[in-house]
Amino acid sequence: MQTVQRRTLPLRLPRVRPGGVLPILAILAVLLVLVGIRQPDFLSPPSLMSFLGRSAPIILLAAGQYFVIVSGEFDLSVGSLVTAQVVVAARLIDGDPTRTWPVVLLLLAFGALVGLVNGLITTRLRVPSFITTLGMFLILVGAVYLWSDGAPKGGLSEEFRRFGRRAFEDVPLLGRVPYALLVLLALAAVAVLLMRSDFGRTLVAVGDNPRTAELSGVRVWRTRTIAFILSGLAAAAAAILLGGYSGVSFQAGAGLEFGAITAVVLGGVALGGGRGSVVGAMLGALTLELLFALMNFYGVSGALRSTVQGAIILLAVAVSATRSSSR
Amino acid sequence: MSALSLLPARRPVPGVFVALTLTLAIGWLVVLMDGGQLFNQSTTVSLLHVAAGLGLVAVGQTLVILGGSLDLSVAYVISLSTLVAAETMNGSDGALLPAIGLALVVSAGVGLLNGLLVTKLRVNAFIATLGVGLLLKGYLDNGYDGPAGTTSPALVQSLGYQRIGPVPVSFLLLVAVTAAAWFALSKTRFGHHLVAVGGDPEVARLSGVRNDRILVTAHVLCSMCAGLAGVYLASRLGSGAPRVGTEGLYDLESIAAVVIGGTALAGGRGGVVGTVGGVLLLASIDAIFNQLEVDAFFKQVIRGAIIIAAVAVYARRAMRKAAA
Repeated sequence: MQTVQRRTLPLRLPRVRPGGVLPILAILAVLLVLVGIRQPDFLSPPSLMSFLGRSAPIILLAAGQYFVIVSGEFDLSVGSLVTAQVVVAARLIDGDPTRTWPVVLLLLAFGALVGLVNGLITTRLRVPSFITTLGMFLILVGAVYLWSDGAPKGGLSEEFRRFGRRAFEDVPLLGRVPYALLVLLALAAVAVLLMRSDFGRTLVAVGDNPRTAELSGVRVWRTRTIAFILSGLAAAAAAILLGGYSGVSFQAGAGLEFGAITAVVLGGVALGGGRGSVVGAMLGALTLELLFALMNFYGVSGALRSTVQGAIILLAVAVSATRSSSR
Repeated sequence: MSALSLLPARRPVPGVFVALTLTLAIGWLVVLMDGGQLFNQSTTVSLLHVAAGLGLVAVGQTLVILGGSLDLSVAYVISLSTLVAAETMNGSDGALLPAIGLALVVSAGVGLLNGLLVTKLRVNAFIATLGVGLLLKGYLDNGYDGPAGTTSPALVQSLGYQRIGPVPVSFLLLVAVTAAAWFALSKTRFGHHLVAVGGDPEVARLSGVRNDRILVTAHVLCSMCAGLAGVYLASRLGSGAPRVGTEGLYDLESIAAVVIGGTALAGGRGGVVGTVGGVLLLASIDAIFNQLEVDAFFKQVIRGAIIIAAVAVYARRAMRKAAA
């Protein structure tokens, strides 16, 4: 089985590459030039660093969503999971700095647990992941409102907020390096290593053709469940950064699942699984954020964001669909 | 595992009606013990009103799901349709029919776009309708902060609040639309072709079905059903409401009702009668919880769990059937 994988992969990679990272890098470059023309200050190292720090949560969510999508499923519960985590963190910490680390660990465990439940319901009970995670979305939103009687309680400690807010100031050349950016880089490295490991190859194989994977000895259900757990963990990390940056609210994670899916699709990852890279997905998220920043500079109403997002989704998928059918 | 278990699976009426009867019976008992009365006039009327709104959307959703597609844009189509209807009427009875017509035409246009994206550009239905939904969301968010327009008084009095005994006119509209959809599915060529396309698109194509045309038609009809639900909601609210579709979770709830009603999410199997059963089940659970004064948020948690559980039961049954 090993040799089979080793032989097919190099054959497949060059085919993936053109549809993968290069187009999104090109789009990113074009956007950077446009931003540079309109708002040259934005490209100065300190403000660029801040932008990257602010974009860290959605980039992490895109990476999490990538694992699930490349394995052939969807996770629509991540937005509500982020909201739930931020509200839970605020109530449990309640301004007490000594509780910061236990709560951080608890959030990670909570994220993993939600992922595990999503994964088991999808793979063992054969509920389509679309329904599983939308049901989970309802449950999480309902539960978090119920638990806090309709208004968020407590507050995050300064210790907790530092991940999303603070930065190493006065760094030579760069000016400032947000903690969030360091967290992002570390986790992105983990994600890339994971996708290069045997697990990553198995994950792509499962998304590409579950039947073949099953017949060649892969436990498809276990692989997919792990993908859901990774998505839950990514949501926990994103929630910690997001809660630190923008504070506690019931709107903390609203709509993030669609943002993450848009980013993944934009990054050249095929829906239905089996094709695309995690770096592409993360670059997709970065591109999306840069596009929103650009819209801001051009004075486009924030309400039109979703229209732009919708147009991008349709365009990206239509282009890749016509390309793959002509192949 | 003999005739007994095979019987419900073979019959066209799915098990959802058994679940509905059980739910109503248990709910009636529990509410009675709580000192209330489940089947009094006002509870029944409001149950049927809830069912009418959701049902119109869900019947349309059944058509696309049967064809192996999906529509996530219905919630935004509903909101858009309330606004188009109410702003065109602007409180006058004279503009009633043109306004309803315009709302339906606009909805049909959205359905056409969905259908063309799914069939001609081969965009995954989930993403295509999500994308179209987001386009509409941007338009609504950008243009409207709150209610706009005024529904014509005649429409409010007729479709909105008129009823015959405990049965609202709007529920009769749902019955009529369901009957029409049932007829189309079981007696016309379009219906048979739609089910064939959902069951196996390749086989359908090889046997001469024009898959694309059938699926586009299903999408147009689905959107028009959502548009009709929008007209109904405008008649209840008295104005156009830019967020009524999303706040009512009509996208998710309609899909849930379809699946609970026994239609396979992958397409090719099921029907509108089961869907109406699913709608009535969701509306009954709602009514029972209201009578028991259950916390609204708790209700949502239970609802999520019920949807997952119901789909799991069907998936399990399908698996067993495949194994046998």
